[in-house]
Amino acid sequence: MESVAETKRALESAGYLADEPAALVAYLAQTLGKPVLVEGPAGVGKTELAKAISRATGRELIRLQCYEGLDEAKALYEWNYRKQLLSIQARAATEASGGADPVGPGREAGSGADPVGPGREAEEPTGIGSQIFTEDFLLTRPLMQAIASTEPVVLLIDEIDKTDQEFEAMLLEVLSDFQISIPELGVIESRTHPIVVLTSNNSRELTEALKRRCLYLWLDYPEIEREMEIVRLHAPELDAALARRLVEVIQMIRQLDLKKPPSIAESVDWARALLLLGAEDIDRSVFEQTMSIIVKHRTDIDLVAERVGVKLGAPEEIEAR
Amino acid sequence: MSGEGLPPGLAPRLVAFFEELRAEDVAVGTSEILDAFEAVRAVPWTEPADFREALGATVAKSQDDRRIFDLVFDRYFFRAAEAEAVDRELREGDRSAGGERLDPEQLRDAIREAIAAGRESELRDLARLAIAAFGRRGQGSGVVGVDVQRIRRTLGLQPQAPGDQRDDGPPIDREGINRFERHLRRELERGLIERTEKLPPSRPLAELDRTLPTSPTQDLAAVHRAVAQLKRRLATLGHEQRGRRRNSVVDVRKTMRASLETGGVPMYLRYRAKRPRRPEIIVLCDVSTSVTSASVFFLSVLHALHDSFRKLRSFVFIERISEVTEIFERERDFRQISQRVSREGGVADISGYTDYGRVWREFAEEVGDELHPRSTVIVLGDARTNGREPHAEIFGQIAARSGRTFWLNPEPKLYWNYGDSVMSAYERHCTAAFECWTTRHLEDFVNVVAGGRLPEPT
Repeated sequence: MESVAETKRALESAGYLADEPAALVAYLAQTLGKPVLVEGPAGVGKTELAKAISRATGRELIRLQCYEGLDEAKALYEWNYRKQLLSIQARAATEASGGADPVGPGREAGSGADPVGPGREAEEPTGIGSQIFTEDFLLTRPLMQAIASTEPVVLLIDEIDKTDQEFEAMLLEVLSDFQISIPELGVIESRTHPIVVLTSNNSRELTEALKRRCLYLWLDYPEIEREMEIVRLHAPELDAALARRLVEVIQMIRQLDLKKPPSIAESVDWARALLLLGAEDIDRSVFEQTMSIIVKHRTDIDLVAERVGVKLGAPEEIEAR
Repeated sequence: MSGEGLPPGLAPRLVAFFEELRAEDVAVGTSEILDAFEAVRAVPWTEPADFREALGATVAKSQDDRRIFDLVFDRYFFRAAEAEAVDRELREGDRSAGGERLDPEQLRDAIREAIAAGRESELRDLARLAIAAFGRRGQGSGVVGVDVQRIRRTLGLQPQAPGDQRDDGPPIDREGINRFERHLRRELERGLIERTEKLPPSRPLAELDRTLPTSPTQDLAAVHRAVAQLKRRLATLGHEQRGRRRNSVVDVRKTMRASLETGGVPMYLRYRAKRPRRPEIIVLCDVSTSVTSASVFFLSVLHALHDSFRKLRSFVFIERISEVTEIFERERDFRQISQRVSREGGVADISGYTDYGRVWREFAEEVGDELHPRSTVIVLGDARTNGREPHAEIFGQIAARSGRTFWLNPEPKLYWNYGDSVMSAYERHCTAAFECWTTRHLEDFVNVVAGGRLPEPT
């Protein structure tokens, strides 16, 4: 991807219609090697953007889904305690029986395995500690995978706002220097530069330190024309007039004060449902049957039925006259 | 080093631009500036949209910042271009060409169409035509803001309510008119600079651009946007505290169970699940005329709170107090709520002036027994007693019984205790009192209620 226009085209061929800012930020992320922080309401395609970048660049996507209480062990790496325990026990057993060959995958035989990274500070293998704190006992987690990968990847850190501030602080090292320090092994540096995309639903303010390291992109619900294109892209058989009508109704619903406004994904689902039903127009009966696809709260359903349902024509009444 | 690859003169301009952003309270650090230079080098700087987005993505790190960024960007680069023109004594040709051929009717229709179709450059040309047409009639006042409004009125451009569809041309909304006004303003300013050959003094963004849109005549949607954000914050309130492990208690039973896996060695600690704190909140909201402008906003805050807290009781008061919890729970729509509150609240007796003393007395009688250390009392009001007895001692009793008491005052701190405001008498009893007239103030407050942290004294 050489220019902004080209990035836009590449994303489009990967099935993502990016607007001008999104394409530009995607392009900058690649050229500058900076992480991108994407914020916006739920369901505007934040995660999809990362997936599209991965498809467009042909890089593998590594995803870290954030949640409450996510900690380093789940995000970075973890020592495989069970394997370490087994190894110690096996060693003790063989030593007791005077056996010659230790079962544990000792480092002295491990000539084939690549050391973890160029920054590794090798210690002299003395005692049991050095034998069980090696790569063989390391369970890599998404962040570590992205850093240690030999192929360039796209790293998606999804819903970063769900974690706590301590976790954000831990991310800083990964995001600014693309390296991870493991006390027992040393510093592991990235071999290739991953494209990092962080998404946030803005449910809490992220720390300044994290924001400073990122490019910022705010994604909002698309304009009517663009949403129509998106719907048509994902449901190509849908009639153009019907697609326009559908998007207009969706936009009308978003104007209401709902608990959960319909997202782009839901407009697409709705479009597919209409195709399946073979509907030719969105009238009141069709709308009421399929409303549950786009509105997901009881109170919202009432409100939408009352406000939007009435505006749609009821075919039976017209015919009756 | 950072200026390489950029045309000469652009780097200092950019730095000056960042200075201006800093003056508007956008946190632009050195690292952001370096990023911005890199980004600008990576995109063709001759493309206005790319240039702007590249700067925006690197410098503005939140939606609020982005809004200020856009305002300052427009102003700064527009001014910079105009200053250059004055310097070189460049002049545009006759700008009034074509103005006389159009009558307001035609012009208005053209503008409507351009707004509906979103054709920005056409809007700009139309703005010029409009200015030319009105300049000819000698209606210009010379003050940009006044002229903009005059032209808009003469053209009869009014936002339409979504409901009433008139048949002449496509409907236009507030947003579209704002766009047109921006073009008008800019073109008028351009003309002014050309005439006087000097730039108007640079003023910081008006406080108005950032304050809460409070008066009912202003856009209610803007209030809602602010509150929607608040809603999201409140929704994740309990969660944030659950994630913290450091205060949690080890569950011995569970730990022993888990230790079976590791041969009886308690290798993993299990913690007792922490219940999120669900405070009981009681909100008292002044709806009298002295806070008319703020009460619309406060009511919508109440509305948002009701969505997020199950145990929330709300009261409105002027001379008397009235519980409106039920109205908020039953009605989803904000407009309906404000109507019902004013119709059924029954809070004004005769004068319509707030009587805080009586309000406290009634409140203590009605709810006083139900207050306990886990309840939070929030008062939204300006503490202007209209010369009546404040009865701060009753308020003190209320505050003493409840766990936390917060006061949100829609007036800037500067005005507290002037005139009939008795804020200090009440403030003594509060856990904290806040001025609350911008979204930021509101967020500060939410942080306190949510996180249980008190703000640092400012």
